[in-house]
Amino acid sequence: MGSEDNILELKHISKYYPGVTALDDVSLHVRRGEIHALIGENGAGKSTLIKTCSGAIAPSVGEIIINGKSFLSMTPKLSEENGIGVIYQEFNLVGDLTIAENIFLGRAIRKGILVDFAAMEKKSQEVLDSLNIKIKPSTLVKDLSVGYQQMVEIAKAVSQNAKVLIMDEPSAPLTNAEVESMFAVVDLLKSRGVTIIYISHRLEEIFRLSDRITVLRDGQYVTTLETARTNEDELIKYMVGRQLNEVYPTRKADCIQEEVIFEAKAVSGNGDKEISLKIHKGEVLGLGGLVGAGRTEFAEMIFGAEKKISGEFYFKGEKINPKTPKEAIKIGIGLVPEDRKAKGALLGLSIQENINMPIYHRLSKAAVIDYKKAKSIAQKYREEISIKTPSLEQKVKNLSGGNQQKVILAKWLAAESELLIFDEPTRGIDVGAKQEIYTLINQLVEQGKAILMISSEMEELMGMSDRIVILAEGSVSGEIQREEFNQELIMQLASKERNN
Amino acid sequence: MNKVINLLKSRIIYVFLLVMIIFFSTTSQNFLTVRNLMNVIKQVAIYGIASVGMTYVILLGGIDLSIGSIISLVNIVAAYVMVNLGLNPFIAILAALVISTAIGFLNGIIIAKLKMPELIVTFASQTIFAGLAYIICKGTPISRFPDSFLTIGQGYVGAIPIPVIIMVIVFAIGWFISEKTYFGRYFYALGGNEEAAQLSGIDVKWVKCLVYSLSGLFAGIAGLVMLARANTGQPNAGVGYEFDVITCVVLGGVSTTGGSGKMSNVIAGVMIIGVLQNGMVLLNVSSYMQMVVKGIILLIAVGADCVQKQRLLKAKKAAV
Repeated sequence: MGSEDNILELKHISKYYPGVTALDDVSLHVRRGEIHALIGENGAGKSTLIKTCSGAIAPSVGEIIINGKSFLSMTPKLSEENGIGVIYQEFNLVGDLTIAENIFLGRAIRKGILVDFAAMEKKSQEVLDSLNIKIKPSTLVKDLSVGYQQMVEIAKAVSQNAKVLIMDEPSAPLTNAEVESMFAVVDLLKSRGVTIIYISHRLEEIFRLSDRITVLRDGQYVTTLETARTNEDELIKYMVGRQLNEVYPTRKADCIQEEVIFEAKAVSGNGDKEISLKIHKGEVLGLGGLVGAGRTEFAEMIFGAEKKISGEFYFKGEKINPKTPKEAIKIGIGLVPEDRKAKGALLGLSIQENINMPIYHRLSKAAVIDYKKAKSIAQKYREEISIKTPSLEQKVKNLSGGNQQKVILAKWLAAESELLIFDEPTRGIDVGAKQEIYTLINQLVEQGKAILMISSEMEELMGMSDRIVILAEGSVSGEIQREEFNQELIMQLASKERNN
Repeated sequence: MNKVINLLKSRIIYVFLLVMIIFFSTTSQNFLTVRNLMNVIKQVAIYGIASVGMTYVILLGGIDLSIGSIISLVNIVAAYVMVNLGLNPFIAILAALVISTAIGFLNGIIIAKLKMPELIVTFASQTIFAGLAYIICKGTPISRFPDSFLTIGQGYVGAIPIPVIIMVIVFAIGWFISEKTYFGRYFYALGGNEEAAQLSGIDVKWVKCLVYSLSGLFAGIAGLVMLARANTGQPNAGVGYEFDVITCVVLGGVSTTGGSGKMSNVIAGVMIIGVLQNGMVLLNVSSYMQMVVKGIILLIAVGADCVQKQRLLKAKKAAV
């Protein structure tokens, strides 16, 4: 043991996925009794790193040392036994059970074969009292507010004698008042000697709570700082501090035309508030912001997949109100969704069928498909955007991520969409295929399509957009012209807190 | 060589059918006669017709438990129109098909709009329409139909029974819909991934209504053939039919999780059930034992599908 009293040490942790390195040789030392903040941009590897501690994923390389005990791999059970508790963004609670039952889920106190409810409620009450949480353990979890549900999660971890409590974006779902009570509980736990690893992208909170801060970037460890000896500007520099190192293909200078293809006026709904923006013909409008800022939600409203509550959409100057994707497609809108496999491609069907699907009814006479026409259209777009496949009959599930993305794009080109919405267009795609997607986007705007590109990758956003609109907590927090693109400014606008 | 293996793999069900035919041919000398084989096909005609609609339903990842009751109700309605109202058989057929399609549509619209589980909706309508059949005929069978109507179930064209011809036509239409029409391809898209299908511009609710309506329609046709064959409308005529039809479809390789399956293989599934029933009768297997065997066959058919899926999943994980 060194001079420091570390309760948790992560040594040289790496995690590889096919084509992607999620964590690259990350080491982290957490001192006993401190509140250690973990920060970084979207995709910096924060969640992946804590999942290696909790045993939710196995690191490809690396060592985890808890209280001096070394582990090369971790299981959820082992991590719990060694005093690690995790509060995920998604709670692991059963709504139809009581608080007491949830706290003792999987380890119910028993009398013979019967569950001893009285004893469980009594013990739960003790735990809740010790945390100053004023709720009855016999309440059903589904009747609690999100804030109290989180308290139940914390109580559960405490009842399991957690020595290290990892909290992943705990303030994200909470109201301001709830955040305050959560802070109070965190302070209380600290005073009782519990070590806390606190993940958040709200810098204000980090300064309020933490003793030390570790910054991750692109899956790599950047630095660890004493909170008292740093400031927001320095942190932001560490978070984004990198040169634009990817080369983005240049597009013709005068793509952007006068005509406004799409406009949103004060659109609210699906978690978003009063969003207004315009997209011109031949323009790539970047939509930036943190995960959960409401970007995908906005895209879903444009595409008719979710309802808007108020505000108006205009397409080429005409008011539109698509209620289903079918209507949106007819108007001339196409969506390339973030989750390619779950929402974008029909994996079990062929490339040709995927491309034909939105226009099948148009390719049919009296409901009978004109397969000659269907094939020639699929062939045309396969060549135009060079989908690499031996045959159009190939099932989409057998293609690489990049080629799947191209098939989805081909589908909208075949449907003659004029506004294309890309939601994280290059997520999980290897570098070579990324370049191809960028080149395709350039070709599209050169042909006069309008593009709305949602991206959490700062470089991509800045490299590809003509203009960036940034959302924070469901509202527009700023708009930046290409000449003024700057990582720090984008980061600042993205982490703006709602004023309420 | 690979092509041959792939062909065998995709048509494994036909290999199974062949094995079964060989088995019964060797164990019973009465099995492999033209007369008996024709009998087998005649017997399966009713399942076969209904299984076309059920194929679509299961392709969608759904289930339709109401078709047995639809068959019963069609029996009674057509019989009532012909005998009690004394109307033309043509009108009886029309009324029966309109009603059966409407019941299917009703199932579909409840499933699509209210998002109720298919199992419960069609289970409820199974009970409702079984009851309705008894109410209409007051619990007594209705019989004596015009000869023109009986032709549907008992007539021949040359040496081929008309029910078999109807079945072949229905299968041809069924194949055509699922392979050649745009809405037929929607069934596969929807069964494979409902959300992705919707985001590709497919009107999911409309497709669901259509599929359950078709299931009702084909069950209606099956009910009419049955009525004409039996010459008596029984309020319990279709009891338990959904079970055999589902078995045929699943045996034909239509995945119970939806999205994959071929009409051409369902024909083999139907034939297997026919051969099995006929063969067991010839071998003097008791009807109770037949139930046991059929249940086991259903379990094996679904089990094989699930095991295969698990293997694919594992292979995928290993690749990552």
